[in-house]
Amino acid sequence: MARLWQPGIVLVALLLSIPALTIAGFVFEPSGENWQHLKQTVLPDYLENSALLALGVAIGTLGIGVSTAWLTAMCRFPGKRYFVWLLLLPLAMPAYIIAYTYTGMFDFAGPVQSAIREWTGWRYGDYYFPEIRSLGGAITMLSLVLYPYVYLLARAAFLEQSICVLEVSRTLGCNAWSSFYRVALPLARPAIVAGLSLALMETLADYGTVSYFGLGVFTTGIFRTWFGMGDSVAAAKMSAMLLMFVFTLVIIERLSRRQAKYHHTTNKYTRLPEYPLHGMRAVLAFVVCLLPVAAGFLLPAGQLLAWALQTWEEMVDASFIKLTLHTVFLGLGTALLSVMLALFLAYGRRVLKSRTVFVSIRVAAIGYAIPGTVIAVGVIIPFAWLDNTLDGWMREHFDYSTGLLLSGTLFALVFAYLVRFLAVSLQTVESGLDKIKPSMDDAARSLGYRPRETLKKVHMPLMKGSLLTALLIVFVDVMKELPATLILRPFNFNTLAVRAFELASDERLADSSTAALMIVLVGLLPVIYLSRSIAQSRAGST
Amino acid sequence: MKHRLEVSHIDVCYGSKQIISDLSFSLSEGRIGCLLGPSGCGKTTVLRTIAGFERPSSGQILIDQQVVSDRKRNTPPERRNIGMVFQDFALFPNLTVQENICFGLRGWSKKEQLSRSQELLAMIGMPTSAQAYPHQLSGGQQQRVALARAMAPRPSILLLDEPFSSMDVELREQLAREVRHILKQENITAILVTHDQNEAFAMADEICVMNEGVIQQHDSAYNLYHKPANRFVADFIGEGVIVPGMVVGGNTVNTELGNIHGLVPDGCKPGCPVDVLIRPDDIVHDDSAEDTAIVVERAFRGSDFLYTLRMPSGIEVMSLVPSHHDHKINEAIGIRLEFDHLVVFPRAETTASRK
Repeated sequence: MARLWQPGIVLVALLLSIPALTIAGFVFEPSGENWQHLKQTVLPDYLENSALLALGVAIGTLGIGVSTAWLTAMCRFPGKRYFVWLLLLPLAMPAYIIAYTYTGMFDFAGPVQSAIREWTGWRYGDYYFPEIRSLGGAITMLSLVLYPYVYLLARAAFLEQSICVLEVSRTLGCNAWSSFYRVALPLARPAIVAGLSLALMETLADYGTVSYFGLGVFTTGIFRTWFGMGDSVAAAKMSAMLLMFVFTLVIIERLSRRQAKYHHTTNKYTRLPEYPLHGMRAVLAFVVCLLPVAAGFLLPAGQLLAWALQTWEEMVDASFIKLTLHTVFLGLGTALLSVMLALFLAYGRRVLKSRTVFVSIRVAAIGYAIPGTVIAVGVIIPFAWLDNTLDGWMREHFDYSTGLLLSGTLFALVFAYLVRFLAVSLQTVESGLDKIKPSMDDAARSLGYRPRETLKKVHMPLMKGSLLTALLIVFVDVMKELPATLILRPFNFNTLAVRAFELASDERLADSSTAALMIVLVGLLPVIYLSRSIAQSRAGST
Repeated sequence: MKHRLEVSHIDVCYGSKQIISDLSFSLSEGRIGCLLGPSGCGKTTVLRTIAGFERPSSGQILIDQQVVSDRKRNTPPERRNIGMVFQDFALFPNLTVQENICFGLRGWSKKEQLSRSQELLAMIGMPTSAQAYPHQLSGGQQQRVALARAMAPRPSILLLDEPFSSMDVELREQLAREVRHILKQENITAILVTHDQNEAFAMADEICVMNEGVIQQHDSAYNLYHKPANRFVADFIGEGVIVPGMVVGGNTVNTELGNIHGLVPDGCKPGCPVDVLIRPDDIVHDDSAEDTAIVVERAFRGSDFLYTLRMPSGIEVMSLVPSHHDHKINEAIGIRLEFDHLVVFPRAETTASRK
């Protein structure tokens, strides 16, 4: 058992890196006619749109994330205690859902513009109203649901700062605001950059929002090239380009996290002072925190609820129940597999303590950065090759056709999910395992338990919480995942996310709300868990 | 008497770094041994090697006359029949005290488990705490539970890794005596690892002083203090100063404090330069004595003062004086030399053994 462990871990890492390696391999593939054509026509647009989108979301998430993080970490104002966790709620809202909810609310026929016309008597063309289905709209939507990444990491960084450095800066003549700009912000910068890179990875990975808004960016381009033009090589080359940008972000994120350790000023935490805010300032702080919560969660969730109340009786039928069950089984199955794999890898790292294992695990976990669209392309190509090769071989030698064994099956879909979400379960399982002191292992061994028995008798009970959390998070992520599911699902196999997106794309917004609302509600569970664990582990309160 | 444990000529390496070199010792049944040394001397590595968590690169270890480690074989910890008490106790936080104690009693019937755990709980003086969880106990109680858990399966040998280091300093000696009492009651063979000589003295029957992966002296506490084998042991155990001297006769050494009589090591002929260890209890304060010394420093230690005194010749020595002799700094007080043991190291050897 122990002898097979390390090769097993290396094998898992290799398997999970197949999609990324496949795509990376296409960088050197000779470019076909289509590619030349794309390069001259749409590719510059994709590049420009993707860059503008990323820039806009960067500004948006930084503005919202850092300001709310600072206010809830350092200031005292009415409602602050609630905002600490309320500000996380938009995490439960997938970008494509908020996008079409806002479209439904703010487009020409929506309730807002209708009300304006009713009050003023204006008609079409008489007034200006910002177009929600635009680049600006996409930036707003993505910023509203992605700012919590920046908020979470920035707030943690602010709380970790020693109050001493802030007080020193005050004694050296900085007022509260200049000590923010000159001391706190630079100290938190690595954490903020790490949060921002995560938000930007999600931005580049987004397919639902940009596709619904009809924007030409990389993810939509890959879709169009693959399905519209049927050119897998060009789609893969485009994926490779996207991958390059994503890995730049990964490197920035990892460097920032490493740097964040050096920006740790002390281990002695005292309660933060909490500048009390009064009057207009308190009102301002309240509004600054309320706006993202309202716009990023309360408003769209309310709209979804209103729609769902109108339509659910019609929508919840046998096929809806079937696709809900599909979603649950798919999510649970993937979550279980993912947690088991994570346990296998993380426990291997703990017991084997080898560099090969450590590197393999990092490689296995790289999928969190790769957009679902790219993973899907990276799964289809090798699987189809394998299917065709096997089929050809069998036909040649046995006159028997095996057909497509892997492509278009649930296996391919679950594999893609594992590639994308293993990092999520791995991180949770690893942190749970790290909390168990190594002496626990030794104690169990000295009392007559073999390593595998130690895992079962000591680690598993102690890690129950972490394992359940990992299950929950992967389940929710799988449930929300859209692009890979769209591409890889077996024929006629639907999930809640696919259903919601398809209905919305057909302009049946109200009809899609029941599925969307279910996704949002289930998505709230890990957010609630996250906010509880934040409340429990506040560094400043001890 | 039967040897419970025999460690013979083991080397332990981490990577290319040799931690333990050619280390041997043995322990008879019912004895409590101690590995004592400064941090980083390799004492915990020896303990972990005996337990089977580390593997010696050469040499062998026998537990109950069975080879558990040698070049070919390395019995895993779970099959060595050892018990171990960890520095941080490592109690399983999700189990009650009783469940912790019964953790190692696999294959015992429920009834046997219950009676064994009750017996141990009574022995550690916590008969009512069976259903408590570790976090509800004080540090000292957790420690006793860890001890009971390790003792429960009646291991051949019990290993204790710095078991008192997370306790308050004032409690350590008392706990060490309590633990010794419990171990002796069950006639358990045990090895303690510590850097604190008071703990070692309070608990162990025999002590190995270790430095840089090598045993410097394996002896009783009394001998370590009064007959240190080398200058490291002399420095590490107890207080004292080393004064240069010269052998003048068969059993006389001349120092700046005068002539001192006692056994001189074989190699030292008259005329040899030597170092003489002078313990604080070798210098006795006596108001009526002719010789005087000047108080340079004083440390109040409750029942006595530890004075640092400057002799007329300029060398400084220490003296332990009952607490009611309260002298000021710069005061001259009468002293007398009272040597029971002469500790002499040839000068050449001592400089060689210092690194």
